[in-house]
Amino acid sequence: MNATHLPILQIIVPLIAAPVTVILRRAGAAWLLATVTTWVAFAISLTLMAHVLNDGPIVYSIGGWAAPWGIEYRIDKIGALVLVIVSAIGSVVMPYARLSVGKEIPEDRTYLFYALYLLCLTGLLGIAITGDVFNLFVFLEISSLSSYVLISLGRDRRALTAAYRYLIMGTIGATFYIIGVGLMYMATGTLNMTDLESLMPSVIDQRTIYAALAFLTVGISLKLALFPLHLWLPNAYAYAPSVVTAFLASTATKVAVYVLIRIIFTVFGVTHILEILPSVQDLLMAFSLAGIFAASAVAIYQNNVKRLLAYSSVAQIGYIILGISMLSTLGLAGGIIHLFNHALTKCALFLAMGCVAYRTGGSDLSDMRGLGRRMPWTMAAFVVGGLSLIGVPLTVGFVSKWYLVSAALEQDLWPIAGLIVIGSLLAVIYIWRVIETAYFNPVPDDAPAITEAPLSMLVPLWVAAGASIYFGIDASRTMDIALSASQTLLQGNLP
Amino acid sequence: MGFYSGLLNYWVVIVLMMMGFYVVIAQHNLVKKIVGLNIFQVSVFLFYISMGKIKGGTAPILHEGMEVYSNPLPSVLILTAIVVGVATTALGLALTVRIYNAFGTIEEDEIDALETEDDATAQPTEPATEPESNQEAIR
Repeated sequence: MNATHLPILQIIVPLIAAPVTVILRRAGAAWLLATVTTWVAFAISLTLMAHVLNDGPIVYSIGGWAAPWGIEYRIDKIGALVLVIVSAIGSVVMPYARLSVGKEIPEDRTYLFYALYLLCLTGLLGIAITGDVFNLFVFLEISSLSSYVLISLGRDRRALTAAYRYLIMGTIGATFYIIGVGLMYMATGTLNMTDLESLMPSVIDQRTIYAALAFLTVGISLKLALFPLHLWLPNAYAYAPSVVTAFLASTATKVAVYVLIRIIFTVFGVTHILEILPSVQDLLMAFSLAGIFAASAVAIYQNNVKRLLAYSSVAQIGYIILGISMLSTLGLAGGIIHLFNHALTKCALFLAMGCVAYRTGGSDLSDMRGLGRRMPWTMAAFVVGGLSLIGVPLTVGFVSKWYLVSAALEQDLWPIAGLIVIGSLLAVIYIWRVIETAYFNPVPDDAPAITEAPLSMLVPLWVAAGASIYFGIDASRTMDIALSASQTLLQGNLP
Repeated sequence: MGFYSGLLNYWVVIVLMMMGFYVVIAQHNLVKKIVGLNIFQVSVFLFYISMGKIKGGTAPILHEGMEVYSNPLPSVLILTAIVVGVATTALGLALTVRIYNAFGTIEEDEIDALETEDDATAQPTEPATEPESNQEAIR
């Protein structure tokens, strides 16, 4: 197959499929098209990954207009990795969606759900693939606008206010980002990332660039829900439909983390950031540690398990940013690998909660009493995900915690290594609460008779849970990609 | 050109930006928040357009006697941003309507109170009544 146009197909295929699902209108047909589309997108991203690993970065000029005048798609190792994560989660969730969406969203609206899902996928893939900072903003808004609607489709009325809050905070974040882009354009006259990278040294001491860096960092931090800018996240994840939560929790914030990595490491360059605003490193580190502890502590007291997992997501984002803020090869690689691993883990956990909600109709802790015996496969997958969240050996969580701790030790940051371990202990507490309720509490007498979740939901759940074990046992491939991606990002740039 | 008069556009941008941002944070009415968000976004539009303007420059169309042209790119970018802004506003207002239907109010503090009630009472959940035949069909 001719691979030259694959980068654009990665975006075009889901973008065109989205309106087609609206034309199809019938729930079954829309679901089938969306499933096939996500699988095609996944296949394309794997092919792109293979190309990048063999032949180095792929550069694609849209419409044949050479950069910096035209928009350029540029895929390097980390971009390809994010593409694979997003499309993999997108395609794993789809077979699961049919029953779950059928139950949680009125049937006359399901085709709209699939259209929005594909648009959201388009936006997220676009962010990872583009090499143009303004084009990135457009994709950011495509994914954000569709995710606001996806969240508001939740059955609970609190889903509406959660979507509204996310809309306000997300728009502020995106507007901050675009102010930052404008300031960079003022100083350099270009929007192309590679161009910005080469022009940055000549303008780095201008105050315009300081302001740009500040606006970009804050704007993106809002999008990736870095503590204390995470307030939109818990309710949005708790009340969105199960499928949406599983998809967004594993992809949306991860893609925002990718944008932060791009801005810090590619566009500005670590040496320059340390030169002009060394406090960026300390601030990111302080906020990520605060996020790990504050969010984990709040998670312990949640009675809604989806909200519990949402707070845990804020904590896990803290770990990712902590790795990035060390600004070392090992730390950045730890952050990237945790980005990948946490996507798998959270996908498995939220899919398990989707199965619980499908059978019991709720996701409160009290709904889960005695579920260990009644839904053994679902709860076993939850346990696997929970162990991975804690960082038990043989799960992906262990691999990323291992690299984060060794990155901290490499720089003699003993207290931080200790805090990472203590933070994991907090995860033990909140995961244990769920496991205790599911396995050691008797089934309430008035509980409706329920059985295991249907097979079409269990298979995707176990694909995600199985991947969390597989990549925990054999981490060599993902680790190679993460390490070489982080080496490329830091090349000639180490502080 | 003084520091104040020469940068008049940018002063206006900053004032509008802070006004809009303040309205978003301080107002408790959901519609007013969206108004604030709009002012905030419009300030960015103005910022981009000011950036591209060159004193004495004309529209970037080749014409005799014209030597200086303004930069068209920021204006083009902002066309895109305006579209995004309109979409955001429409979506925000649509959500506000849905919130009004669900809660009967668009005042944030009243909604917060209702949400706390929701949190306190067990969620109204319909029990899992899935006809067995339906499941088989879907499987």
